[in-house]
Amino acid sequence: MSEKLTQHADALRNHFADKLVKLLLDYDEITIEVKPADLLEVATGLRDEAEFGYQQLADLCGVDYSQFAKSEWQTNETTNTGFSRGVDAATMGRLSFGDELEVEDDQAPRYASVMHLTSYRHNRRLRVKTFADNNDFPVVPSVTQVWASADWYEREAFDLYGILYSEHPDLRRILTDYGFVGHPFRKDFPLVGHVEMRYDPEQKRVIYEPVSIEPRVLVPRVSRDDHRYIEASDEVAE
Amino acid sequence: MPEIKNYTLNFGPQHPAAHGVLRLVLEMDGEVIERADPHIGLLHRATEKLAESKPFNQSIGYMDRLDYVSMMCNEHGYVMAIEKLLQLEVPERAQYIRVMFDEITRILNHLMWIGTHALDVGAMTMFLYAFREREDLMDMYEAVSGARMHASYYRPGGVARDLPDAMPQYEANKWRSQKDANRLNENRQSSLLDFIDDFTQRFPTYVDEYETLLTDNRIWKQRTVGIGVVSEERAYQLGFTGPMLRGSGVAWDLRKKQPYEVYADMDFDIPVGTNGDCYDRYLVRVEELRQSNRIIQQCVKWLRNNPGPIASDNHKVVPPRREEMKADMEGLIHHFKLFTEGFCLPAGEVYTAVEHPKGEFGVFLVSDGSNKPYRLKVRAPGFAHLSSMNEMAKGHMLADVVAIIGTQDIVFGEIDR
Repeated sequence: MSEKLTQHADALRNHFADKLVKLLLDYDEITIEVKPADLLEVATGLRDEAEFGYQQLADLCGVDYSQFAKSEWQTNETTNTGFSRGVDAATMGRLSFGDELEVEDDQAPRYASVMHLTSYRHNRRLRVKTFADNNDFPVVPSVTQVWASADWYEREAFDLYGILYSEHPDLRRILTDYGFVGHPFRKDFPLVGHVEMRYDPEQKRVIYEPVSIEPRVLVPRVSRDDHRYIEASDEVAE
Repeated sequence: MPEIKNYTLNFGPQHPAAHGVLRLVLEMDGEVIERADPHIGLLHRATEKLAESKPFNQSIGYMDRLDYVSMMCNEHGYVMAIEKLLQLEVPERAQYIRVMFDEITRILNHLMWIGTHALDVGAMTMFLYAFREREDLMDMYEAVSGARMHASYYRPGGVARDLPDAMPQYEANKWRSQKDANRLNENRQSSLLDFIDDFTQRFPTYVDEYETLLTDNRIWKQRTVGIGVVSEERAYQLGFTGPMLRGSGVAWDLRKKQPYEVYADMDFDIPVGTNGDCYDRYLVRVEELRQSNRIIQQCVKWLRNNPGPIASDNHKVVPPRREEMKADMEGLIHHFKLFTEGFCLPAGEVYTAVEHPKGEFGVFLVSDGSNKPYRLKVRAPGFAHLSSMNEMAKGHMLADVVAIIGTQDIVFGEIDR
């Protein structure tokens, strides 16, 4: 771990003190977690303070953490139960039209808005993560006032994850079709989608119908905790 | 005099100058743009969501289709993210091959850009010139990967295979006589490296040709000088990277500032503009063509003298050679596991960025410790550039919008993803 990075982490800790919920140093990258209420203040500080100087918001995206570390394939204790290793419940890969996803803990924060900042002055990067407080109505303050490039990125995160950015000047959908229903990158949105579109020669217009295709998982999601993965993550933790 | 009101003009989605499927809603006062509202997403394929449903090694092909004129650079960003999480070492020869093909890709991209940009602004010849050279570059892609565009050549831990000793040949057919085929095959008689070397010898004179056509061309200058001016401060704010940022006078290049692979050993310069207008960005990109050529020459020289492995020997990630699979039990197991299940990454989050021809191509990868990405976010440079359309086009004429689209080097594969 480079010294410059730890110094920078200390500087962040000193400056923002209790505004940082978490500071993580991993893979030579710094991640800070900030509460939505403090986001604007921290963002402005990161941009304007000379020691940080994050002039650019390189990227902003949403992440849905509701299915984190849920696998579709049992790796441990399988010999006791025979050949069937598949996990039965509707997992995110298998989700079909009308299925509900099991969320074990609805209280755990689900949606995060993740920003990647670039400081051209100091040649550094920083990741800022903000979890929305409410899972049913996720609201995060918009940083468009701090970095103009946030405009479209926030529109994208709203479109794909339904994260609402308060004070955003023009929060419209951006990538999906006009009149699209739902937020397609949420983990409970099936990969095959809800509707399909075709031209109906009788009505002489394009119509939407429920999807006719079945979701298929060719390769299940497998988590292995072999020694090599554990070793690798231990090294990082040091 | 009748009162003239503002009106709204729909530009695209089907328009040759829209570089794909861009719908621009322009609010105009006469011929002057008051407000530009790009509607994107007509090419949205949910690449990131698809990647979540596939093992890591099966998404490389999707990366090619993001920015479909600079295929290998997209792959590069993606495999680098995987390698960072795995902390996997890439052999030096593979690093040189990657750098060489990154630069070939940069030339490929910039030729596409210069051809279409000039064509939009009215210089037809440029398009024909640029596509003549692109043909040779795509032959290099074909020789090394078998595909002319969507190569999926970069793999976690290295590249798919070593540089071939022979080039594919043209054959005579109904439309091409044997004489023509022989002429085309003339510089394709020996290895790929010889062919690339031959190209780098020829290429600077081609760039001179482009420059004689455009650089001092009166019409070209009238159409680009002072159009779409972006100051340094605004360029940061708007998320500009790559040639767009350098055109505004920022000497920033990830290949120099945060060197990856063997860029630190390469000798090349970063061109920088002064005024931040379309003309400066044109000059920056043309100079990048020459600098990329220099890098390729250095790589060719090194690769000739240094044979070696082209992929890591960690068979938990890189599939073993086919002979090994046939003869060795371990090899067979590794092969089976890799192609049925893939490999698992340790849980963690990384962001890697490469200097893509269009700017900073970043990959934000969230892994939960399984064999598929939990979340993959592609930071496409064009997305930030296009979002500045309103600011760049405001106050300009309708015809200048076309020049601005050209200078932003828009490709919808990466913007819509």
